[in-house]
Amino acid sequence: MSNLDKFRQETREWLDKNCPPSMRTGADPKIPVDEVWGGRNAEYKNPESKIWLDRMGEKGWTMPTVPKEYGGGGLTKEEVKVLNEELFGIGAKQPLLSFGIWMLAPVLLEYGSEEQKKEHIPKIIKGEIRWCQGYSEPGSGSDLASLATKAEDIGEKFLVNGQKVWTSYADKADWIFALVRTGPKEPKHDGISFLLIDMATKGVSTKPITLISGKSPFCETFFDNVEVPKENLIGELNAGWTIAKKLLQHERAFISNFGLAAGMGSKRDVVSIAKKHLGEENGKIKNNFYRSEISSHKIKEHAFGLTLKRAGDEGGKASATASMFKLYGTEHNKKRHELMVAASGINGVAWDGDEFDDDDKNLTRAWLRTKGNSIEGGTSEVQLNVISKRVLGLPSQ
Amino acid sequence: MKLVLSEEEQFLKDTAKNFADERSPISHFRSLRDNNDPKLWDKDIWSEMVKLGWPGILIPEEFGGSNFGVTGIGVILQECAKTLTPSPLFATGVLGAYAITQFGNDDQKSNYLPKIVSGEITTALAIDETSHHEPSKTEMTAKKNDSNFILNGKKIFVIDGASADILIVLARTSGVKGDSTGLSLFILNSDTSGIETKKLDMADSRNYANISFNEVIIDESSLLGDLETAGETVESILDIGRIAMSAEMLGNAESAFEITLDYLKQRKQFGALIGSFQALQHRAAEMFCEIELTKSSVMAAMRAADENSNELQRLSSLSKTMAGETLHLVSNEAIQMHGGIGVTDEYDIGFFLKRARVAEQIFGSAKYHTERYANLSGF
Repeated sequence: MSNLDKFRQETREWLDKNCPPSMRTGADPKIPVDEVWGGRNAEYKNPESKIWLDRMGEKGWTMPTVPKEYGGGGLTKEEVKVLNEELFGIGAKQPLLSFGIWMLAPVLLEYGSEEQKKEHIPKIIKGEIRWCQGYSEPGSGSDLASLATKAEDIGEKFLVNGQKVWTSYADKADWIFALVRTGPKEPKHDGISFLLIDMATKGVSTKPITLISGKSPFCETFFDNVEVPKENLIGELNAGWTIAKKLLQHERAFISNFGLAAGMGSKRDVVSIAKKHLGEENGKIKNNFYRSEISSHKIKEHAFGLTLKRAGDEGGKASATASMFKLYGTEHNKKRHELMVAASGINGVAWDGDEFDDDDKNLTRAWLRTKGNSIEGGTSEVQLNVISKRVLGLPSQ
Repeated sequence: MKLVLSEEEQFLKDTAKNFADERSPISHFRSLRDNNDPKLWDKDIWSEMVKLGWPGILIPEEFGGSNFGVTGIGVILQECAKTLTPSPLFATGVLGAYAITQFGNDDQKSNYLPKIVSGEITTALAIDETSHHEPSKTEMTAKKNDSNFILNGKKIFVIDGASADILIVLARTSGVKGDSTGLSLFILNSDTSGIETKKLDMADSRNYANISFNEVIIDESSLLGDLETAGETVESILDIGRIAMSAEMLGNAESAFEITLDYLKQRKQFGALIGSFQALQHRAAEMFCEIELTKSSVMAAMRAADENSNELQRLSSLSKTMAGETLHLVSNEAIQMHGGIGVTDEYDIGFFLKRARVAEQIFGSAKYHTERYANLSGF
């Protein structure tokens, strides 16, 4: 038996024993489903969500490729593929959703000191600390490098003052990774540092922002004379912009996955929705105008999925294509939601009350939420600029 | 399925690129067009392709080919398409070679395949009878008469039909127009008595013909594949053709885009390079994305063909749709971004537009394949 086969067998046995029944395919639909983000104040409607997180975190399998010394799984790419196949095979629920995993840990691995890696990465992997991202400011949206939140050197510590906006789930997060201005006299890109701040520190406060969807996934975050230990600086002073850009690539790569639809037959599948509201004849969507539009859309989606796969197979070219994936993935996600809303007719714009079912009402909210996809993490127009200049080499004005 | 080229495939692609750049730049195509060349391809260029072994890429080694697969021939067609290289490679090296290798009997294989490899014959596949591709609409008949078949009917828009030595023809042995059953394939010499070939003059200045069959008598041994199985076999040949044509169209799009990008980096207006204008930059970036998606689609389809995947049909329709829509977009934008010079005959970019619109129709337009994709996907 090859090592990989042996690994597969061990993984299967471990999952069999350790993945709780409500965390896999065939779970009792009456058991409430948690969206697990971890953190100090995490609450679980289903205790098995916590058990599943703890077991996967202990194994380091929430970040399987990270070295064991930082709490990761220490697996090879081939082993991760096997692990994913086995997880997929039993329909295992994702144990942890985390900005720490998607964005922060990859840059800590690259730019953090040994102490910083050992301090923060294991807690991300185990879901003990929930992170949020402090990038945008009221006056710094697409022109992120103009940010003004300042961190003054006061000897042992930095003194942070300013305001961040669009901090996802800041009201629920334990720590924030923030871009701060440490060099007020330097050119704008050269005066930014990357700082980690404990949200429990005196002077940090948050206020949720209600979106057009009626939900509040984002906050404003305020820093009022917040003292931050200097050991929380990642990389060199005033060298934060490089780290910031790198992290954005990880963020964009993550957001790109929005371009991939829910599978056929799921509640958020445009085909199922069209069949539900427009009718079905011999297995086909009854209305040919919608059917043709949906097929065109599905073709683009398929091609996009193949392009993500190709980028993976080519390996290491992520930086050149991250902008393309962010652009295409989010624009595609918006179109898909527009199609789903249109195919739902009047039910696609249901807001509340008993006259509409939950699927319809949730779709309305989800559709509105997608409008932010092509703004957050760098607008579509910013991505087009990046592609024009960095990939196509077109001249600046 | 890995969506990257192997070292050998990359080598083939590089060879084809050098060949196209050195031996058949766009000026070569232009001169064939200007001189009203009867075949619209050059026999010296074709013999060099033969020497490189390209017509034998889909042919098994026992018949002199290299059996190198659809990805192999696909990357060659992609590179040759960048300079609009006209040649019988698609009709002979893809359609003929594949049809005979897959569905020919031993006699047919040993008779035709070595001759394709050596360049002695070229072939053409005669399917369409209507202005829109739809094989089930075949009306042409093949009536059994003792040990013969008698062909009657007319095929249109036959690629390389104006010069091919051998024709592979779809005809009805039973049923009526619209049935996908009752169809059979035949292979015969193009100079068989009763065949009348009329060369077509198409916008892209390539070799096409309408071919009439008037009481054409052929021996029953001319049947290619089993009687009345062509509804399926033709689809399988066409799918390989669609994938190969998508690779060509991808090459067309890449080249038109590159020529346009170069122009954006040279042309000055208002005292600035026009490539510095955001109105053009964003459209260029969008084209880049569409080309990348098309590359992945074509790559996946070529791999599916070589691995005989059960996704082959869907990926064939996917790649023909993506290639069609992307080339459509790029060929239009290329003209617009060139401004006035883009609509002059003297400048090459217009060739890509004309080639694009014809290629889009070959073996089904993007609309045709969008519908087929939905059917195959179960909605």
